[in-house]
Amino acid sequence: MTTKRDFGFGYALLGGSLGLFATTGIAAAAEQITFVSQGGAYQQAQTVAILDPSAKKLGITINQDSIPDAWPAIKTQVGSGKPIWDVVDTPTGYCLRGGEQGLIEKLDFSKIPNAAAMPEAYRNPYSVSYEFYSSVLAYSQKTFPKDAPNSWVDFWDVKKFPGRRALRNHPIATLEAALMADGVAPDKLYPLDVDRAFKKLEEIKPNITVWWTSGAQSAQLLNDGEVDMEMAWNGRVSAVAKEGAKVAFTYNQGILQSTSLCILKGAPNLETAVKFLNEAIDPVHQANLPLNIDYGPGNPKAFDTGVIKPERAAQLPSEPANAAKQALMSYAWWSSPAGEAAEKRWASFMQK
Amino acid sequence: MLALVSPALLVILLLIVLPVGWLAWQSIYHDGFTLENYRRVFTEDIYWRSFALTFEISLAVTLIALLLGYPVAYLANSVPKGWSILILSLVVLPFWTSVLVRAYAWLALLQRTGVINQLLRYLDVTSEPLALVHNTFGTVVATVHILLPFMVLPLYATMQKIPNDLMQAGASLGASPSLTFVRVFLPLSLPGVLAGCTMVFVLCLGFYITPELLGGGRTVMVSMLVSRNVELYNQFGAASAVAVVLLASVLLIFAVVSRFISLDRILGQK
Repeated sequence: MTTKRDFGFGYALLGGSLGLFATTGIAAAAEQITFVSQGGAYQQAQTVAILDPSAKKLGITINQDSIPDAWPAIKTQVGSGKPIWDVVDTPTGYCLRGGEQGLIEKLDFSKIPNAAAMPEAYRNPYSVSYEFYSSVLAYSQKTFPKDAPNSWVDFWDVKKFPGRRALRNHPIATLEAALMADGVAPDKLYPLDVDRAFKKLEEIKPNITVWWTSGAQSAQLLNDGEVDMEMAWNGRVSAVAKEGAKVAFTYNQGILQSTSLCILKGAPNLETAVKFLNEAIDPVHQANLPLNIDYGPGNPKAFDTGVIKPERAAQLPSEPANAAKQALMSYAWWSSPAGEAAEKRWASFMQK
Repeated sequence: MLALVSPALLVILLLIVLPVGWLAWQSIYHDGFTLENYRRVFTEDIYWRSFALTFEISLAVTLIALLLGYPVAYLANSVPKGWSILILSLVVLPFWTSVLVRAYAWLALLQRTGVINQLLRYLDVTSEPLALVHNTFGTVVATVHILLPFMVLPLYATMQKIPNDLMQAGASLGASPSLTFVRVFLPLSLPGVLAGCTMVFVLCLGFYITPELLGGGRTVMVSMLVSRNVELYNQFGAASAVAVVLLASVLLIFAVVSRFISLDRILGQK
């Protein structure tokens, strides 16, 4: 549904076979699971903050695998009847959709007390929020040294804020932004008025220079000054800023999105997987994640642990004050028939 | 003989025939036989638009590659051996760089703050940066660059086989160099032209990375629909149908072309 890195699904098959080697190569420890995330700096940060401490505490072995887009591999593995993976960290929409299609285990929250303690918006019958990121309005400080655009209304206002613009080539979060530009309040978005959103998008379409497809591309556009403002993921923008580019973003009207942990249907180590899932969202482990990367903890209790300093918390998408300025994405809506229809409508919108 | 060939045949069977067969099967079978995936491809206009755009881009790329490639191949054919090796190496050299890297290199050249726009503004040719990339133009430029060797090499191979005596015969009969070219050389090089054009056209039909990176999101080629359909319909069948239709059009092109020129000439460059 949404992935932070977009590659072809060839990688899925590659990842699948790598996973096979990873699990067969290791002698059977007492208890083990195979955990899958998206790789790179993000998975590295999890290893330090969450995976290694969890493995130590539970006395289990966590075999890691990584794949940019887990969805096709989940389908293939469960479809084959013998999945190799146990726990997957993937955009929440996939967990939900997978659950509805019988690819993902239904969770028994009585065995996952850490999840049971989380607000209901942060979990669903098939998965639990693992980390948060946000689709924010980012801009060049060179173009806008002061009076920078601060809302989607500003982004749509090409007279007051002239400049080149980019949006993601994907309906998710983009339709939400369009509705906010049309005056819908962030907490009144769902169910989305799809017709109204597309109508608003038609309005800005002639002024969009690039419809980006990968996070790396959005970063490059901002870094090279190819666009003056765009929708981008907060972690990408802060990475570009850290490199020295004069760019900034606002959490105001950001669209708060998450990846979640879910367990494959028929996972080889189901019991251990459930134990791990509970441990992985422990508030202290969760609080350690943003010390290693610019993503917010999936468990809001992490902010009460004292591990995250207030100045660091203020930079994170899921920090309560920041979260209050944003729209919390409804993956349930996007997985509904109306959401799927909106997704299909996107292609014809782009080609017209 | 069969014993020697069989490992190769087995590899082809395992890596090409079976996957393609599986692909085709998936496009018509999903909990029972269904033509739904094909109905979509043939009735929804996003597919038509994408196929039309893909053919337009492929045609443009082929023509530009021919216009650029023919003189290069001609030059390589008419200079002494050492020089022709140098020219051909320069043509083939970009092959050693990944397609991804070359696409990004074009981005660095063509974008708003890129080399070309900076230069044009420095020379006062333009006051506003030109939109050279994130559109069909940028896609075509980079694709021509990537596919040019597939035009030059078959052309060169064909030209090599045109006996020089024929040109001398033409000259001895009083024809000017340009007339010998038009009446003798050009017609004899046509099989190479057809071979090169077919290669470039067919390869271009399946291009993915270049339009994805340089097309700005608006240049939706067929290969991009394939990947998008996996995401959109949650099953490989929807994507397979698009791939099967694309494959069928490629086979059709080869079938038509093979009426004019033998296929091993295109593929084996004999």
